[in-house]
Amino acid sequence: MPLVTYRDALNQALREEMRRDPAVFLMGEEVGVYQGAYKVSRGLLEEFGPERVVDTPITELGFAGIGVGAAMAGLRPVVEFMTWNFALLAIDQIVNSAAKMLYMSGGQVPIPIVFRGPAGAALQLAAQHSQSFDSYFANIPGLKVVTPATPADAKGLLKSAIRDNNPVVFIEGEMLYNTKGEVPDGEHVVPIGVADVKREGTDVTLVAHSKMVGLALKAAEELAKDGVSAEVVDPRTIRPLDVATIAASVRKTNRCVVIEEGWPVAGIGAQVVDDIQREAFDWLDAPVLRVTAADVPMPYNKHLEKLAKPDVPRIVAAVNRVLYRA
Amino acid sequence: MATKVVMEALSPTMEEGRLVAWLKQEGDAVSAGETLAEVETDKAVMELVARSDGVLRKQLLPEGATVPVGTLVGVIGAADEDISALVGPSATASAAAAGAAPASRQPPAMPTPAHVGRIFASPLARRLAAERGLDLGAVTGTGPSGRVVKRDVEAAQLAMASAKAAERLPQATAGAVRAVRPREPAGVASAAATPAASAVAAPAVPLAPPGGYRDVPLTQIRKTIAKRLVQSLGPIPHFFLTTEIDMERAADARTHLKSLGDAYAVSFNDLVVKACALALRRHPAVNAAFLDDRVRYHGDVHIGMAVAVEDGLITPVVRHADRKGLAEIAAESKALAEKARARRLTPEEYTGSTFSVSNLGMYDIDEFTAVINPPEAAILAVGRVAEKPVVVNGAVVPRRMMRVTLSCDHRVVDGATGAKFLRTLKLMLENPLAMLL
Amino acid sequence: MPEPGTRTVSTPPTAPGTDAATMRRLLRDMLLLRRFEEKCGEAYALGKIGGFCHLYIGQEAVAVGAMAALRPDDTVMASYRDHGQALARGMTARAVMAELFGKAAGCSGGKGGSMHLFDASLNFLGGHGIVGGHIPLATGAAFAIKYRGGDQVSLVFFGEAAVNNGAFHESLNMAAVWKLPCIYICENNRYGMGTAIERASALYDVAQRACSYDIPAEVVDGMDVLAVRDAVHRAALRGRERKTATLLEVRTYRFMGHSMSDPIHGHYRTRDEVEEQKTRDPIRAFAAKLRADGLLDDEAWQAMEAEVADEVEDAHRFADEAPDPDPSALTTDVYREP
Repeated sequence: MPLVTYRDALNQALREEMRRDPAVFLMGEEVGVYQGAYKVSRGLLEEFGPERVVDTPITELGFAGIGVGAAMAGLRPVVEFMTWNFALLAIDQIVNSAAKMLYMSGGQVPIPIVFRGPAGAALQLAAQHSQSFDSYFANIPGLKVVTPATPADAKGLLKSAIRDNNPVVFIEGEMLYNTKGEVPDGEHVVPIGVADVKREGTDVTLVAHSKMVGLALKAAEELAKDGVSAEVVDPRTIRPLDVATIAASVRKTNRCVVIEEGWPVAGIGAQVVDDIQREAFDWLDAPVLRVTAADVPMPYNKHLEKLAKPDVPRIVAAVNRVLYRA
Repeated sequence: MATKVVMEALSPTMEEGRLVAWLKQEGDAVSAGETLAEVETDKAVMELVARSDGVLRKQLLPEGATVPVGTLVGVIGAADEDISALVGPSATASAAAAGAAPASRQPPAMPTPAHVGRIFASPLARRLAAERGLDLGAVTGTGPSGRVVKRDVEAAQLAMASAKAAERLPQATAGAVRAVRPREPAGVASAAATPAASAVAAPAVPLAPPGGYRDVPLTQIRKTIAKRLVQSLGPIPHFFLTTEIDMERAADARTHLKSLGDAYAVSFNDLVVKACALALRRHPAVNAAFLDDRVRYHGDVHIGMAVAVEDGLITPVVRHADRKGLAEIAAESKALAEKARARRLTPEEYTGSTFSVSNLGMYDIDEFTAVINPPEAAILAVGRVAEKPVVVNGAVVPRRMMRVTLSCDHRVVDGATGAKFLRTLKLMLENPLAMLL
Repeated sequence: MPEPGTRTVSTPPTAPGTDAATMRRLLRDMLLLRRFEEKCGEAYALGKIGGFCHLYIGQEAVAVGAMAALRPDDTVMASYRDHGQALARGMTARAVMAELFGKAAGCSGGKGGSMHLFDASLNFLGGHGIVGGHIPLATGAAFAIKYRGGDQVSLVFFGEAAVNNGAFHESLNMAAVWKLPCIYICENNRYGMGTAIERASALYDVAQRACSYDIPAEVVDGMDVLAVRDAVHRAALRGRERKTATLLEVRTYRFMGHSMSDPIHGHYRTRDEVEEQKTRDPIRAFAAKLRADGLLDDEAWQAMEAEVADEVEDAHRFADEAPDPDPSALTTDVYREP
């Protein structure tokens, strides 16, 4: 199986879907001539032309709304935010227009749109450029929220998102674009709403999504040296969450640590913990613990930034606590 | 005026009872003092009697159900009286809901005094304990704040499993069965002189399918045994002293007495009980109990004897064993054992011991260690009397020898004290005439 | 009105009709809007309509005139003051009234309400509650038209308070840069809720803002149904033939408060001003014109009144008697699954 970067996997997905369905088009800042701020859309302008690969002015609210309007009229837009930090400007269109349209119209007007872009911290980008808003969108009925961690998942899920008849918030990661992974040849579609066990284990369940999957896998290796067998469950889709797979894992291991890149208060992990305690209460031998970002804006300094982000030692410490090990 | 029939506390330690059988049916006339039903307590099967005259209007508990003490189980009233007030939905509901007996109702055994009355346990530990009939309160928790977690429940279950394993031994007949593992819990003993295996009704062990298993819910007595053993083995610092006793003279004396007729027949165990009682008189430090913040030294000597019953073990008590003659001890212990096997012991008959004796000799056990019955300070584990080559006056001769092991609570009895007691015991048994002094 | 810059526009080859039937139809449509909105006011006061209710009374000429210049395959979007546009676009009084009453037979299944009237079959795509928020949506519809190579136009109604909004600015800019066939109709009724335009807008003449985007703009008398119709027709031609967007500032007036919670004059306008504006009632003015042109007599007028009254009464009764949505409707239409 070929090794493909996360970035190229996304590129493949866009290309394949745009070839497959003429109603699909890409819109965003620098997606065309510049070849994409992160080169995700490299070569697409050349293949599909400026009508289908549309460079926009720096007007997130405007072009997100135009995307929704185009979807109302039957097209299938992919709206790229250079980063999700800027999507706050467009949140009115995502939440009040895209998410609500089908319901408000009594089922008449679906919005088959994908909003995509990178989120979360990179390196020393400081407070306004390092944020994770997955829980903002996961909160909204009418939206789907997808967070692929690997190139294979990125490709398969983007294809599904584009084919989905609902607004999909598709969250990538700058730090993921260069990662490589095996991506199956040919038509590769991953269903939305299905979690993936990335590593099997018996002693503890680690739930992690997006960039945190890699971290969880590293932590699992560390733990294995100590005789602890950790199972890593990647939800892949945050809304709707595959609670069944997560709960089944916790029933197997009796203990769980949830890892997320975002802030702790009302973060995605809080929802996961709620689902676990309801679905697997009698199988829990310890409280479910979370490892999250520090509850602070992201600092610029390199060392402070490290302190602000989850890391392997913190995950291992949490695992030891739920195992009642010193 | 209708009266309630409730599950009464039929033993001092009873907290729940299982209604074995109704002896009176709905519509039957009853008078005060008549037995309404048979109830299995934590120790024995007792009678639940009517406290008033009238007609048993309602049986609120089905046979086989277990309910906490105080639960409404029936109503006695006049034949035509309206009893709806007493038999409201809440009344029947609480009776009906009693089907699944909660195992974890006992107060917490160990832990941090700060949490008296409240057991901290993980949901998993609670569920496992409930499924396996373990009393959560009796399990030592090793999590934060004394939280009982899975590994604690598993440890407790392991202790129970080894008790069960000991239970299975009665079936072994061939050869000497060696119980060498330390911490073997108080095993089975029969006070009767007859050899064991055939006399004890073998507990019915369900056949498990190959590759699978069969679960049997715990009976009241099993639950109590489990609870008590864990309460003992866990917190009490046991140490063990073993000595080998030359039983030649005792054996001869016994044989001789037997030849005088049944009225004079005594068992080895009777001799041991008497010898223990006398030794305790000489070593009052061992006739003691540990009570949290003090040691109690008893004025009387009451010896508990472990008796195997159908599904477990109970310890009827020979009171004032030091004052009773061997014949009386023999008769009493035989009667008590029979009553124990028939589950008809009264609370007075199985409580109040100051020292216990457990005898596995009839199962060919050479020696073993017994678990102390708290709050007693010690227990004697008695092995079989067997002919062994022994050096006497420089020559190797066959002698009938018996090994006994004294388990002591180190908080009350230290090594020297226990050893001295044993030495006296040995003296008594090796010189039975001394017991007349 | 001449266009800014050096652009010129030729007379449209096909002018909208001026025959008697068409004229009377325009009058009847405006009358329907008027009586319908009056009925809504009544129903709201009786608690049959809940939440927000923004009445269109006084602005009828704008909706009716605009729709008369459009084709069925054009797209229309409006703000929350959308009853008039919905009816003018062709939704039945029954469907609209039932929606206002929250019934299952309402155009949005009872799940939208007054601010979210939709009828996809008529290309009437809402009914939107966020001021200015739908302007990008309509621009997107224009984008789709161009993407598909069609000659439809996308028309969007909004108030003058929305033109200060970022969404307005971003939309018109992109419509201009990308040459999208979008017609932006600003119904300037002088008040954004309780704030007069002078207090909110640095530039009083909304139409002048078009120069920021270098697109054509017109100021139109919103009390004159024919003026509105003609202006929209011109804009539609521009859009169809040259993919040019147009900004129309239609000056009108609302005779009622901002919504049912707002008194008629309140603190922000005088009774005299309202009374003065009422003398320019578009329906009365157009009826007078038709009489003068011999296209309407008393009998015809009374017949029209009676017919409209019946239609509104029928809609009211229908809405009243229609059942509520089934509780299961709570959780439907959140997602469209294949």
